[in-house]
Amino acid sequence: MAAPATFDAGRLAPERALALGPVALLRRRIFGHRSLMLGIVVLGLMLAMGLLAYFIAPHDPYAQSLASRRFPPIWHAWIWDDPKAGWNNVLGTDKVGRDYLSRLIYGARISLLIGFATMVISGLIGTTLGVLAGYFGGRVDMVVTFLVTTRLSMPVVLVALAVVALFGSSLEMVILVLGFLLWDRFAVVMRSVTMQARDLDYVTAARAIGCSTPYIIVREIMPNIVNSLVVVATVEMANAILLEAALSFLGLGVQPPLPSWGLMLSEAKEDMFFSPWMITLPGICLFMLVLSINLLGDGVRDVTAPEGRN
Amino acid sequence: MSAILEVRDLRVEIPIATGTLVPVRGVSFQVERGKTLCIVGESGCGKSLTSLAIMNLLPKRAKRTAGQLALAGADLQGVDERAMADLRGNKMAMIFQEPMTSLNPAYTIGNQLEEAYLRHRRATRAEARERAVYLLEKVGITAAGSRLRQYPHQLSGGLRQRVMIAMALMCGPDLIIADEPTTALDVTIQAQILHLLASLQREFHMGVMLITHDLGIVARVADRVAVMYAGEIVETGTVHEVFASPLHPYTQGLLRCIPVPGKTRRGEHLGSIPGVVPALFGEATQCSFANRCPHAMPACTAAPIPLTAIGADRAYRCVLPVEACVANQARAVAA
Amino acid sequence: MLVYSLKRLLLACLVVLTVSGITFILTNAAIDPAKALAGDSASAADIDAIRKAYGFDRPLPVQYFDWLGSALIGEFGESVRMRRPVATLLLERLPVTMSLGACALAFALLLSIPLGVVAALKPNSAVDRVALSLSVLGQALPTFWFALMMIILFGVILRWLPISGSDTWLHFVMPAIALGYYATPAFMRLTRAGMIEVLASDYIRTARAKGLRPPTVLFKHALRNAVIPVVSLAAVQFGFMLGGSVVIETIFALHGVGFLAWESISRSDIPVVQAIVLLISLFYIVLTLLADLLNAYLDPRIRVA
Repeated sequence: MAAPATFDAGRLAPERALALGPVALLRRRIFGHRSLMLGIVVLGLMLAMGLLAYFIAPHDPYAQSLASRRFPPIWHAWIWDDPKAGWNNVLGTDKVGRDYLSRLIYGARISLLIGFATMVISGLIGTTLGVLAGYFGGRVDMVVTFLVTTRLSMPVVLVALAVVALFGSSLEMVILVLGFLLWDRFAVVMRSVTMQARDLDYVTAARAIGCSTPYIIVREIMPNIVNSLVVVATVEMANAILLEAALSFLGLGVQPPLPSWGLMLSEAKEDMFFSPWMITLPGICLFMLVLSINLLGDGVRDVTAPEGRN
Repeated sequence: MSAILEVRDLRVEIPIATGTLVPVRGVSFQVERGKTLCIVGESGCGKSLTSLAIMNLLPKRAKRTAGQLALAGADLQGVDERAMADLRGNKMAMIFQEPMTSLNPAYTIGNQLEEAYLRHRRATRAEARERAVYLLEKVGITAAGSRLRQYPHQLSGGLRQRVMIAMALMCGPDLIIADEPTTALDVTIQAQILHLLASLQREFHMGVMLITHDLGIVARVADRVAVMYAGEIVETGTVHEVFASPLHPYTQGLLRCIPVPGKTRRGEHLGSIPGVVPALFGEATQCSFANRCPHAMPACTAAPIPLTAIGADRAYRCVLPVEACVANQARAVAA
Repeated sequence: MLVYSLKRLLLACLVVLTVSGITFILTNAAIDPAKALAGDSASAADIDAIRKAYGFDRPLPVQYFDWLGSALIGEFGESVRMRRPVATLLLERLPVTMSLGACALAFALLLSIPLGVVAALKPNSAVDRVALSLSVLGQALPTFWFALMMIILFGVILRWLPISGSDTWLHFVMPAIALGYYATPAFMRLTRAGMIEVLASDYIRTARAKGLRPPTVLFKHALRNAVIPVVSLAAVQFGFMLGGSVVIETIFALHGVGFLAWESISRSDIPVVQAIVLLISLFYIVLTLLADLLNAYLDPRIRVA
């Protein structure tokens, strides 16, 4: 069936697409990609929220107030005429009277910090291992494959819980543990992408004219794998954020009184039947943040490799 | 009535973003019982789509229309997909170009052979297996009984194509459509497979529609030839007529591309047809070959050219009268 | 094939050895087992006595191989907290976790494979878009939060399902969904991509040219080939689910291995934690081996190679 292959040629109107420069084309792809735009906007808002928390938050996220405990959010005033709900604490207060909105705003900071720091640590470990394995192959590859298999066979949540519990839980500890646990995907993907890049003709050419290995890896290989790196990075950042929330929820992650969303969920657990909004709101924040990161990653993948969309 | 397949004004349309592609436009031909019709043309001329259109296996987006489409006198057009499926593999069967990928890797040869028989006949597994063994032996596979338990990847390309042929024969079809059945095979195997097809055709008295771009194959196996270009048939006739006195400039050009042992001198350029095939958008407004034709004239681009019949089973699509075409060919051969 | 299998087995053994080593060293570095065993009120002399009695004063490598040796014959020592053999504890709890994992996997596959097939039949159709959107949304949903929301909705507001315990199969419905849904997007995408590729293949055209009925073409010829990668992913995911059951079992108070792990971790019950980590790693490794075997069974091309 050779014939139908030619029919797709007209679909993209290649003449028009080629008329644009590569940058303009990329810009058009990015702006034309609705879910990518949504991801960028939401993530941007979250980032702004985290960075400017001090200016945005209406209250001190740590200030307790015994007089205003478990105030419901503002819509309780509209729907059920709840006298405790009011504009002072728009999203209500928790069980020790801290303003929920302010804690949620500061919470973005913790999630983003943990996600980003974990991503950097695990990215460094995984990319180094993966690129080395992919570039050198042979024994190096065998060792890295062994390390990846070992890492994959260790249950992440369990090991993270155990380590944090045994060595004492803190923000730094969570970041370190997750950073040292989540590098496997980086290694696997970077290994295969590097292997493909290594066999490209111009890389062979660079080797043939005697370029040094570090030079080839940095100048010839890296540009080829950076797209995949970004995609994996978003996946792992989202993963780290979800894991931190889970650890904190189990009481073995970030410690009180830090306003981590997972910790807020943990603290609200006992109130979940009477004040379900205490559970709902941090969860929605988590969901939005992770969703926006995932959309960003999917979008980057689509935009940089539009032909592989299906 | 000896025509097993009758096709008149077959048309395939594929809607795309910028308009409608018409890769098959008004194709008519007949395949007779016990005879072979070869459809010749370069890749993309619509010959494969023609065969898929007859089997009703076109891609979903493609639309098929026809003045007439009949198998053994029974109309195929008003028939729903269910009844079509009853005919496929039963009354009409197809052999594809790629034996390497045309068999399901997950099932044994036996399973895939028997499946067609069980689908169309009231038969037991044992009967189906017996038939499969019989046909595997017919297509020249030794130790047929043990082959049944093998998987496609354990067979060579030539063997797989033999299996495909046996599979097509399982229900004793009236018509076999073979879409470039030997293109993917080694030259020595090609000859074997063609020979096999021809002998099976005689034995079972089937009509064969063979699609190919290889004029050497046409010369060996065809009774009749239809030359396709840009979705249209530009010339038909018996294989003898078309090879002896090609009328259409495209056919003439194609024939000049074949080296003739003893006549073509070493180092001499073979013929080639300059230019490219036109895009197959919308309706024809002129001769589709005009942009590549050495004899093009104003009349060629003024209106679409109808197929001119000369005699009962010979036709060509050119503005020039027959004599002028013959003279062109004579001049070209002399040069 | 034999050489390959042996290599795989050797690698598996090495991995188990490494994991056990890491677990052992980490746990011993963090906590003095003698102190943990003695309790908070013990005096320094008591701790010393315990250290000698249990052999904690020996060099770490010696202790490790001692521990590994007993682990090999199913002796994981005694739970500090419950004063019972760890092996017995695990055997008691394992059925709950295994059924939870099996239910979760079944839920994920039963949801994702049909969705993937339907999406593949009409790429870019409404169904396809909805399925893909759901998978994107599902991937962003924190598991434990989803579990809590289900408890609020089905357990508290609608009162359809019990919210904690493991007495009846109804107790497993919500935990299985909470544990399983996270794997569905990956299964669905893999099924969809596989089906799209297979449906465009030559052998599907052959099957249709044989006049086979659409269900036969779809299920016998297409799905069989499309799910091969899903099977290996399923085995791996099952391993991840066993590891991930910590969170879910804790939320639903399902008394399985995960819940035991959480209890033991929060009370520094080292022998139990070591055993569970080792056990789940072992499961993962066995499952990946199993996935390879299953793959070879499903894809005859691998069987011979």
